[in-house]
Amino acid sequence: MEERVLTRNIGRPGSETLKAYRDSGGYTALSRALKEMSPEDVAERVTRSGLRGRGGAGFPTGKKWSFIPKGTGKQIYLCVNADESEPGTFKDRLLIEKDPHMVVEGTALAAYAIGCRRAYIYIRGEFVHGARVLEGALREARAAGFLGRDVLGSGVDIEIHVHRGAGAYICGEETALIESLEGKRGHPRLKPPFPAVVGLYGCPTVVNNVETLACVPHIIERGPEWFASLGPPNNGGTKLFSVSGHVSRPGVYEVRMGTPLRALLDEQCGGVAGGRRLKAVIPGGSSVPVLTADDIDVALDFESVAAKGSMLGSGGVIVMDERTCMVKAGAVVARFYAHESCGQCTPCREGTPWMERVLWRIERGEGQSGDLELLLSMCVNIFGRCLCPLGDAAAMPVRSYIQRFRDEFEYHIRERRCLAAGGFS
Amino acid sequence: MISDATRARINELFERYPDRRSAMIPLLLLLQEERGWLSPETMREAGEVLDLPPVRIYEVATFYTMLRTRPCGKYLLQVCRNLSCSLVGGEGVLRHIEKRLGIHDGQTTPDGCFTLMTVECLGSCGTGPVVQVNGDYHENLDVAKLDKLLDSLT
Repeated sequence: MEERVLTRNIGRPGSETLKAYRDSGGYTALSRALKEMSPEDVAERVTRSGLRGRGGAGFPTGKKWSFIPKGTGKQIYLCVNADESEPGTFKDRLLIEKDPHMVVEGTALAAYAIGCRRAYIYIRGEFVHGARVLEGALREARAAGFLGRDVLGSGVDIEIHVHRGAGAYICGEETALIESLEGKRGHPRLKPPFPAVVGLYGCPTVVNNVETLACVPHIIERGPEWFASLGPPNNGGTKLFSVSGHVSRPGVYEVRMGTPLRALLDEQCGGVAGGRRLKAVIPGGSSVPVLTADDIDVALDFESVAAKGSMLGSGGVIVMDERTCMVKAGAVVARFYAHESCGQCTPCREGTPWMERVLWRIERGEGQSGDLELLLSMCVNIFGRCLCPLGDAAAMPVRSYIQRFRDEFEYHIRERRCLAAGGFS
Repeated sequence: MISDATRARINELFERYPDRRSAMIPLLLLLQEERGWLSPETMREAGEVLDLPPVRIYEVATFYTMLRTRPCGKYLLQVCRNLSCSLVGGEGVLRHIEKRLGIHDGQTTPDGCFTLMTVECLGSCGTGPVVQVNGDYHENLDVAKLDKLLDSLT
C-alpha cells in the first residue's frame, strides 16, 4: 500500500532546496557511486532492481542502458523526458516542482552509468514554473560541486541543461523528443535504428522518464534487492499514481507496485466523490483501454493490468461515476489525439479526426446505424500502422469504450439522446 | 531589431548545445516573450540568428501550440478541455469566460486585453478545472474564483 520513497520530502517546507534535499540524505548516492562504484556497477544495480520505465511503456531501465554501444568514440547523450502530457498524468510535475534535486541526482547517476557528459531535461513548455525550479536546482547543484567538471573530485564531468518544449504531446515519444531537441518539428523517426544507436545528433542516446530516474538514487542508496522487494516479480519499486476525475481526494499517490486499484481508490482517495457509484476507470492515462467498475480488483502492476485488457501506462487514473456519458468521454479523448497527431502518417492524420467527428455525431444524437462498425474498422486500420504509437493511443481507448459500453453507444444512436447525464459540468 | 541584452541571452543558449539549431524553441520562446507573437519579420530575424532559411523557423513556429504566429491579447487565457477537467467543471469555466468576455475560442477582446484559447491537458488534472494565464496556472477554479481572477487582470 502507501510507501513514500519518491514523495518522502513532499509537503515539507522548502522541499525544493538543496539544503532540504541534503538534510534527508540527498546526493549521498551520487557521492558513493562516484567513489566506490564503476559505471557498470551502477547499471548492474539498476538492472537487478527490476526498475521499469515509468513513462508508459514499462521497458526495463537497466536493459535500455545496456543497448548503448561501447567504444564508438561518439558522445553519449541522456535525455530526461519531462514532457508529461498524457491526459490524466501529473506526477512528474510534482517531483519537478517539489523535489527537483532528486530528479537531478537520478539524472547524474544515469549519466555516470552510461558515460554521458551532457544531459538534457526536456520539459513541456507549459511547465514554466517547473522549468524555473529545475534551473534553480541545477544552479545549486553546480555551485555545490555535484555537477559540472570533475564532479566531487572524481574526474567525471556531468552537465545537465533544461530544454523547454513549446506544446506538443507527440514530443513525449522519444524520437520526436530528439527531433524537437534538435530544433525541428516533433516528427517521430522510423525505428530501427533505435536512439541507443542513432539518437540525438546521430549519437547514442538514452531517453528516460523523470519518475524512472528519480528511483535511481534510492536504488543505489538502499540496494536493488530492497527496491525489487517493494513489488511483485519484475515490477520493482513504488509507483506514483495521478488520480483525477470523480474522486473524493484527487492527487498524486505513491503505493507499492501491485497494490489493488480498489485499495488505491477507496482507501487512499476516499472513493467516488459524493458517494456515487463508479462506472469506469482509466488506469494508465487516456490512451489505455478503459476498465469497468467490475475490474477494479486488479493489482496495479504491468502484467496484472495487461491481463485485464488495459495497461498500467503512466499511472494516470481517471475516475468516472455513474452519471458519465461514455460516448462523450470517448469523443473528448478522441479529440485530444486528433489535435495532437503530428500529421506524418496517413492512418493517424486522417483517421483520428474522422473518429472524433463520428463520435461527436453520435453524441449529438445524429448517429447512424453502422457508425459503431465504422469506428471499430477505423481502429483496426490505425492500430500498428504508423511510425509511432500515437495512432494506437487513439484507437485503443475508442475501441474499449465501444466494446465495454456498447449498450450506451447503441442507445445514443437509436434514441438520439443520452442514457446518462450530469457527469460533465 | 534584436537588442544587445537579448543577444547576450541567445549566446548563453548557444553554449548549451553542440548545434545552434537546438536553440530554436528556446530562442522563439524568448522572442515571443518580448514581442507577444512571432511575426514574419521576427521569424526572418530568428533565421538569421540561427543561420537557417525562414522556412525552417516557420515550420517549427506553426507546429507547436505555444508558438503564436498571430498577435495575442495582453492576457492569454488557456482553458483545459480535456477529460479530467471536463469531469470536474471545466466546461462551466469555459462557458463563464465566454459569457463574461463575449469572446470564443481563438478570439481576442476588442480592447486587446484578453485572448481565449481552449487547450488540451495541462498536467493539472488533480487540481482542475485549470486555466493558464500567460505562464501561470490557476487551479481548482469555480465561477467565484474565476471572477476574482478576471477582476485582477486589467
